[in-house]
Parts: sequence; structure tokens; C-alpha cells
Amino acid sequence: MKHIKTLTNKTLKSTMEKGGCGECQTSCQSACKTSCTVGNQTCENKR
Amino acid sequence: MIHQFKNNGYNIVMDVCSGAVHVVDDLTYDVIAFYEENNQKKSETTIEALLDRFPAYSRRELEEALAEVEERKAQGELFAPDEYEDVVWEFKKRKTVVKALCLHIAHDCNLGCRYCFAGEGEYHGDRSMMSYEVGKQALDFLVEHSGNRRNLEVDFFGGEPTMNFDVVKKLVEYGRSLEEPHQKKFRFTLTTNGLLLDDAIMEFANREMANVVLSIDGRKEVNDYMRPAKNGKSTYDLIVPKFQKFARLRNQTNYYVRGTFTRHNLDFSKDVLHLADLGFRQISVEPVVAQPDEPYAIREEDLPQLMEEYDKLAKEMLKREQEGRGFQFFHFMIDLTQGPCVMKRLSGCGSGTEYLAVTPWGDLYPCHQFVGQEEFRLGSVFDGIQAEELRDEFKLCNVYAKEKCRSCFARFYCSGGCAANSYHFHGSILDAYDIGCELQKKRIECAIMIKAALADQEEKENERA
Ligand code: SF4
Ligand code: SF4
Ligand code: SF4
Repeated sequence: MKHIKTLTNKTLKSTMEKGGCGECQTSCQSACKTSCTVGNQTCENKR
Repeated sequence: MIHQFKNNGYNIVMDVCSGAVHVVDDLTYDVIAFYEENNQKKSETTIEALLDRFPAYSRRELEEALAEVEERKAQGELFAPDEYEDVVWEFKKRKTVVKALCLHIAHDCNLGCRYCFAGEGEYHGDRSMMSYEVGKQALDFLVEHSGNRRNLEVDFFGGEPTMNFDVVKKLVEYGRSLEEPHQKKFRFTLTTNGLLLDDAIMEFANREMANVVLSIDGRKEVNDYMRPAKNGKSTYDLIVPKFQKFARLRNQTNYYVRGTFTRHNLDFSKDVLHLADLGFRQISVEPVVAQPDEPYAIREEDLPQLMEEYDKLAKEMLKREQEGRGFQFFHFMIDLTQGPCVMKRLSGCGSGTEYLAVTPWGDLYPCHQFVGQEEFRLGSVFDGIQAEELRDEFKLCNVYAKEKCRSCFARFYCSGGCAANSYHFHGSILDAYDIGCELQKKRIECAIMIKAALADQEEKENERA
């Protein structure tokens, strides 16, 4: 590939199958108590 | 859906719905934009159309770029459709459990911060302290409503929780006593302004608290203006040495120094860097959320300057990272590979269902920012949830329930924003606070640029090796 360098490939769709277990933290805890940010959260489910 | 932007010399293309992120050259950047435009018009992107649109590029170049774009598309990494709405609604309808409580240990504060959403920590004149009995009942309530979930989060919040620290200590002890019999594990956290912090509290917190949040706004004059003591005196000199010690004792992990920037310090990147220069490695500084008539509220006209500040900060962070003195900025942290599943990403913060706030006298609210607004009272730790309709409104709140979020590129990282902010600006939890959105989107762009730059550096180093 000369023109496109991929930083991350598709990661979302595959999480539909095994995701949704609800084990992770709520997303407004700790450092950030006035907004919701999930981009930096970790998944607790060892998919 | 595609979102593309240029930042710090990188041309970044996010394929929003697949989660793929690409770095491309100028030519491909233009081709992708044109392709997306045609997609929306439902017309095909042919090489003739490209030649027509971009006469400066050669046929060969355009053919190559187009072939690469189409290959990525076939692999589902460009122009992927949004296929998640049904699963997210299903997910939202599931039976939820309570995972986290925010305990308002003290509705009193020894500071008089101008922007406090509680009204100088007092929640509008109410200065109650939570009693041990109420706190104990709250922990019992949590255990009882947490189903099979093992990890439970409890945040000691205020006002200023160290003003009622004996109760905090007893509640931690009580919580620990529940762990074994109920097969639970408590994760306690503490938010403090630092004034009453002493060795005993630090020692206790280092033993029992999974995370501590230390409030400070940055430079001395900035901090002291917005966070004065009740007598108007400076707080910076009092808290900085204590916070530095605390951070050191925690090995520079599992804590945050957390500040708020306002219209009075639109050059907030200086405050972030000031905190880094003080030796802190975990930093969170966020925009104030305030009604437009407050003098310190961020206005729409301030946005261009704030965007520049985020760019400046991102570049400086990269530089420091290379020099081996990097630090974490909460809002630039992003996990592109192993982050949360789509359901989590699109289902919102969990306020009102998985996360609840408890007042000093035991009332339950959807979250700390709704406390004291009678119409949002959900019930109490003694009687459980009574306002079921209200709870269900929060329960079904998700990205697809919000017109603004449905089509927003940031939705997989932002989760539809803050229900409280939305309510305070638009009177509905299904809207979005627009200034907050603009800043959120910018932060995501910066965070992704940082990832691109780090990957680029790594590649260059590998080439040299
Ligand atoms: S732990 Fe992971 S899979 Fe489970 S809901 Fe959270 S993000 Fe999704
Ligand atoms: S940035 Fe705003 S519009 Fe976009 S998903 Fe977040 S809250 Fe919704
Ligand atoms: S409504 Fe806002 S402040 Fe409350 S938990 Fe959700 S994101 Fe956090």
C-alpha cells in the first residue's frame, strides 16, 4: 500500500459478538466527573 | 461514514463505523473526500470523474489511489455502514445492575470555588454530613442491587469528603467486611481539594483507595483566582507540596491532578504544562461547564483559541514523550485497538441506572450533577428506586436516542456526552451541550494525531535500526 497507511484496522464490528457483558467501569468515574469519555476505557472482558 | 482532518502534518482518515483509522497522502485524502461526497449523492466514483475533479494529479496516480481506496472498502475499513443500532437498543433494554455509587460524604467545603456546581460545595446552603448509618445503608443497597457483578465502585465525593473523614474510614472498613461473604470487591476512590490532606489520610488512601483525584487548576494565579479559600486566601502554596508528596507515595500512578479551565485562562495548555512541570504524571484539565451568563463561562467565540491550545498541548506532549519526560493527559488517552465494545461505546455513561449518587441523607439521584434537583430524585437507599419512569428514561438514553449524536463522528469515543450537561443547557437529557461537543471532537482528533505521530516515530526508528 503506497497511499494508505493503516493505524488501526476495523475493530468495532467484531466486538458485537462477544461484547456487552457489562463488566467494565461506568464511564464517568474517577478523573473526569463532568463528561462522558469511553475512548480511553479498558474492556474487562478478555474477548 | 468518514471523518477526515489534517493535524500536525498528518492527514488522518477515520472510518467512523468500523473503527479503522488511516494516515494517507494528500492525493488519497482528496480522493476519499470526493468518494464520500459521491456516496452521499449515491453516485459512483469513476476515474473519469476523478480526473475531471483533480486535474493536477496524473491518471496513474489517481488510478492507484482509487484502487487502494476500493480495496480498503472491500475489506470493510472504509465507508463501512453503521450496523449497530439494533444491538445497542437491545443492550440498553437488558436488566441492569447498580455498579457504582457516588457518595456525597459532605455537603460542605472549606474552599469557595467560583465554578462549583454545588454552589461553593454547599449544595445551595445545605451543609449536611453523611452519617455512618446512611453510608452503611448505601453500601448494603449497592451490594443488594449489583447482581452477579463482582467489582463495585464507590467514590467518596463532596463538597469536601475529608471534612467527614472518620465516616469515610468506617465505611471502607464496613465495605471490606462485605467483600468475602458476598463475593464482591470494592474499588474505592476519593476526590479532594487537598486542604485537610495529611500523612494519616494519605497513608489510609494509599492502602484503600484505587484512585484519588486531587483538585488543582494549574498556575498559582489561575488556581487561586478560581479556587480561593473561604477567607479569600491562596490555596496553591498549601496544596502543591501535599499533592506532590501524595503522587510520589502512589508511585505516580492511580491518581489524577484534576483542574478546570474557564474563560479566565483560555491559554490552559500552560496550566497543564505547569502541572507537568511540578512533577505530576497523571493530569486531567477540563473545560468548565457553566451557564452563559457567568463571567467565567466558555463562549462560542472562545472556541478557536481553545482548539489552538489543544493543538499546542498535543505537540508539546509529543516532544516531551520523545525526550523521555512524557505525561498522561486524561482527555488525550484513547485506546484504538482494545477499547470497549460497541455496545458500551454507544450506550452512554450509565447515570441513573448503573451509576447513582447518594446524598448525605440517603436520597438517590441519577448522578452527582443532578443532586439537589428535586425533580430528579429517584428514591433512597432505604426505600430503593421509586421513580421508575425517570429511571427508564435514563436507562434508554443512548447515542441513537439523540439526534445530534446519531450522525456525529465522535460517537464511538464520546458515547453521547453528558446527560447532565445536556439537561442544563437544553432542558432534555437527549440533547447535547454544543460547546462541549466541539471541544470533545477536537480532543479526539488530537488524541488520534498523537497515535499517528508515535507510530510514525516508531517506524522511523525501526528503519534506522
Ligand atoms: S467489559 Fe468489555 S465487552 Fe464487557 S461491556 Fe465493557 S467494553 Fe463491552
Ligand atoms: S460530541 Fe456531542 S454530538 Fe458527538 S457524540 Fe458526543 S455528545 Fe453527541
Ligand atoms: S450525566 Fe454527565 S456527569 Fe453525570 S454520570 Fe453521566 S457523564 Fe457523568
